[in-house]
Amino acid sequence: MSEKTEYSDWEPVIGLEIHVQLSTESKIFSNAPTKFGIEQNSQASIIDLGLPGVLPVLNKKAIEMAVKFGCSINAEISNTAIFARKNYFYPDLPKGYQISQLDDPIVGQGSVEIECNEEKKLIGITRAHLEEDAGKSIHDKYDSSSAIDLNRAGTPLLEIVSEPDLRSAKEAVAYLKKIHSIVTFLDISDGDMSQGSLRCDANVSIRKKGESEFGFRTEIKNINSFKFVEKAINFEILRQIKIKNLNNEIEQETRLYDSQKNETRSMRSKEHANDYRYFPEPDLIPLQISNEYIENIRKSLPELPEQKISRFCSEYGLSIYESEILNSSKGMSNFFEKVAISVKDVKTAVKWILGDFSAILNKNNCLVEDSLISSSDLIDLLNCLYENKISGPAAKKVLEILWNEDLKVEEIIEKENLKQISNEDDISRIISEVISKNPKQLEQFKQGKEKLFGFFVGQVMKTTEGSADPKVVNKILKEKLNQ
Amino acid sequence: MNDIVSLNLEDQIGLLEKKEISSYELTSLYLENIKENKDLNCFISLNENALEQAKVIDNLKDRQSPVQGIPIAHKDIFCVKGHKTTCGSKMLENFISPYSSTVFEKLDNSKTIMLGKTNMDEFAMGSSNETSFFGKVKNPINPLKSPGGSSGGSAAAVKANLCAFATGTDTGGSIRQPASFCGITGIKPTYGRVSRWGMIAFASSLDQAGIFAKSALDSAIALEIISGFDEKDSTSINSKVPNLKEETISNMEHSIGVPMEIIEKIEDVNVKNNFLESIKILEKNGFKTKQIELPFLDYSLPSYYVIAPAECSANLSRYDGIKFGYRCDNPRDLEDLYVRTRSEGFGEEVKKRILIGTYCLSAGYFNAYYLKAQKIRAMITESFKNAFKNVSVIAMPTCSNGAFELGSIQDPVKMYEQDIYTIPANLAGLPAISIPSGYTEEMPLGLQFIGNHLEEGKILNISHQFQKLTDHHV
Repeated sequence: MSEKTEYSDWEPVIGLEIHVQLSTESKIFSNAPTKFGIEQNSQASIIDLGLPGVLPVLNKKAIEMAVKFGCSINAEISNTAIFARKNYFYPDLPKGYQISQLDDPIVGQGSVEIECNEEKKLIGITRAHLEEDAGKSIHDKYDSSSAIDLNRAGTPLLEIVSEPDLRSAKEAVAYLKKIHSIVTFLDISDGDMSQGSLRCDANVSIRKKGESEFGFRTEIKNINSFKFVEKAINFEILRQIKIKNLNNEIEQETRLYDSQKNETRSMRSKEHANDYRYFPEPDLIPLQISNEYIENIRKSLPELPEQKISRFCSEYGLSIYESEILNSSKGMSNFFEKVAISVKDVKTAVKWILGDFSAILNKNNCLVEDSLISSSDLIDLLNCLYENKISGPAAKKVLEILWNEDLKVEEIIEKENLKQISNEDDISRIISEVISKNPKQLEQFKQGKEKLFGFFVGQVMKTTEGSADPKVVNKILKEKLNQ
Repeated sequence: MNDIVSLNLEDQIGLLEKKEISSYELTSLYLENIKENKDLNCFISLNENALEQAKVIDNLKDRQSPVQGIPIAHKDIFCVKGHKTTCGSKMLENFISPYSSTVFEKLDNSKTIMLGKTNMDEFAMGSSNETSFFGKVKNPINPLKSPGGSSGGSAAAVKANLCAFATGTDTGGSIRQPASFCGITGIKPTYGRVSRWGMIAFASSLDQAGIFAKSALDSAIALEIISGFDEKDSTSINSKVPNLKEETISNMEHSIGVPMEIIEKIEDVNVKNNFLESIKILEKNGFKTKQIELPFLDYSLPSYYVIAPAECSANLSRYDGIKFGYRCDNPRDLEDLYVRTRSEGFGEEVKKRILIGTYCLSAGYFNAYYLKAQKIRAMITESFKNAFKNVSVIAMPTCSNGAFELGSIQDPVKMYEQDIYTIPANLAGLPAISIPSGYTEEMPLGLQFIGNHLEEGKILNISHQFQKLTDHHV
């Protein structure tokens, strides 16, 4: 039996737990700031440090964001949200318990639609609850001891738990991307996986195709990129299939994904699983959320990716494919729309944004939010192109320079002498000069050697250093040569 | 000298207002008395700047608060910025708090002078003050006897005239039982009346700060200052604080509820008779009494000893040797660091309760213990609610005995039974006060009044009226 057929006997069953750091300015239970990457332990307040006698006070902004998310996946929002203590010891967990939610999570059942291999599928979301993030343990700073950075401690997290509805690593990635786009379009998270703003645990099991019972699952912890989610899940599926094909049982356990070796390995078995001893957090009273509050948030939800995709199609005449790419991130969507409303030709704008502009971003490994070319620069450039002030090749050159130098479009055209000559009289004069300088070629052309048309175009371009509008050149040259 | 330090708060305020004494002089007198009574072991630490602070306050142009210049003591459970805050534990032996509790701040803003921080059972777990890492406190009335606990240092300090009044905390009786043992007045207000910010947690849903003083009236003055909503404590109640002094001295009529079923079961004849005598005094002076029923009260103690340890097991997890407090020497690894830090840093009683709490919350036991205890708690709360439909206050003894000899109770369950009459008010979150009502074998006894939600005024008022009729508190 080849591995391929062995594989095709099995059906993977996957569920994701996604931790989304909410972009509140202050922490979920204290007023310390939540900035990333600043000096270690400089933004942990006495509450985040869990000093004796401190008490948590819930950040209302985090509630609002959780409710926003709940509304956007059509979930039930709980009218009372209860916080609970999840008890475990770890050096980067200052209180020895994490304030989280167990019963009555703020967001109940909902769903999102994903598309994978051109098939649409509804993925159930079991719940989403609020909790506080832990700090970070740093194990490679000192030889014989570990360092703790508590800046992250108390950052609000929304943990989104899916149903085991996913059937492949690809579907898992599509689902993760969907959640990513929802939280970024809602502006409740920056979604930056490299900074840990969005992290994911994957529950993976396999079963024989056609079976309805689930197999024993393993949980892969803390995967932090789309690519790794796919790789980790695929590795785990194969690992489990290999075990099952040897008639062995899958051990229910927690595993870690090692991205360097591309493998998962055991972290702790079920027997060593923590007993978290959840109980209601007595320092916080149950949160009352009124229907009126929920409805107000529902009414003021921003446009979500799906709505934007269809609106861009109807409003700007995009294809679904183009619209989906342009709405793959909030930054790109906003950038495109800024450009689209100000350019004279949207079709060209789409072509440029998806083509050369995206290429420059990719080449520089840069998000559109951090683009060195502003939307107004691109608008200027596209409008110059539309008005035939510059040629396509010249526009490419301008784009490159815009990225590298702090100059305006007009300044670059001026400085690099890229202005396109499209005045018919000027071009006519240049063509006459070229023709009179090349009598031999003219003779041959007239005798039927039509290939030489290209020679004349080349000569005109050479004379004008490429700045003549090719359309005009073609038109006038044709007239003159056929006179 | 003893005359002035033994005066009640009202009289001391009068002397300060008339400038017949300065805060500096008053503070010096108290400090001297503290020195002379060092053997009582009431204080864990003293405020070295007390005299200087008194001088500054004496120089203020006008009086900004009724208690301005009054020297007081704080239970060492309240964080005070820049001062050691030990909670009676080796774990926090050298912990200097970088911030202050709301209770301290309110009294500090009212220009009181902190003389020092009082001894207590470790993390407020104990009923005899014997679990303190800093040694037991002796009862000023008889140094062989316990002052009660956990706020034993504060109670003994007030009784021995080592401060004008003192703060305390009460999770299951830790203000009222020591007040009863030392023959003073101790009040625990409604849960949420006083902010818990900066008050080191034992059992968060039960802990409440309160006051020890020489009389109900003195308690009213001090309690009003520390009461009020605090946005830093989500469980504090957003309700206006009434003028407690006025309510205390006003002419209120009362209907006093007496749970006779409980009274009849009291084993100690002296305690029972003393309580019945107190009720007779009240009746003789025109107060109506009414027999009430408080079903489920028998279950208070077991449900308390599930809920309080459960919460404490989580509250005390932060003492792990990582960020502050005690850390064991040369840990081999993380596990060793945790195990030895906590084994060496906590005393036996604390460890016992952490274990009980951890057990009660464990998978498979949660429903049988924690959830059931919470159900009982809800039923007890409900039974009080029903009782208060017919009465304005409820009377009970504070404790089933007078102060016992230090070291005499070894059985932990016997010790837990100290709180049998005080715990119900904590479970229901109700205000309760203990006032002196007589003696048994030359040790004081306490009469307890429990009030309805936010009705501290009523229990202070009945206590004040009782104290006008009796001289047990003098």
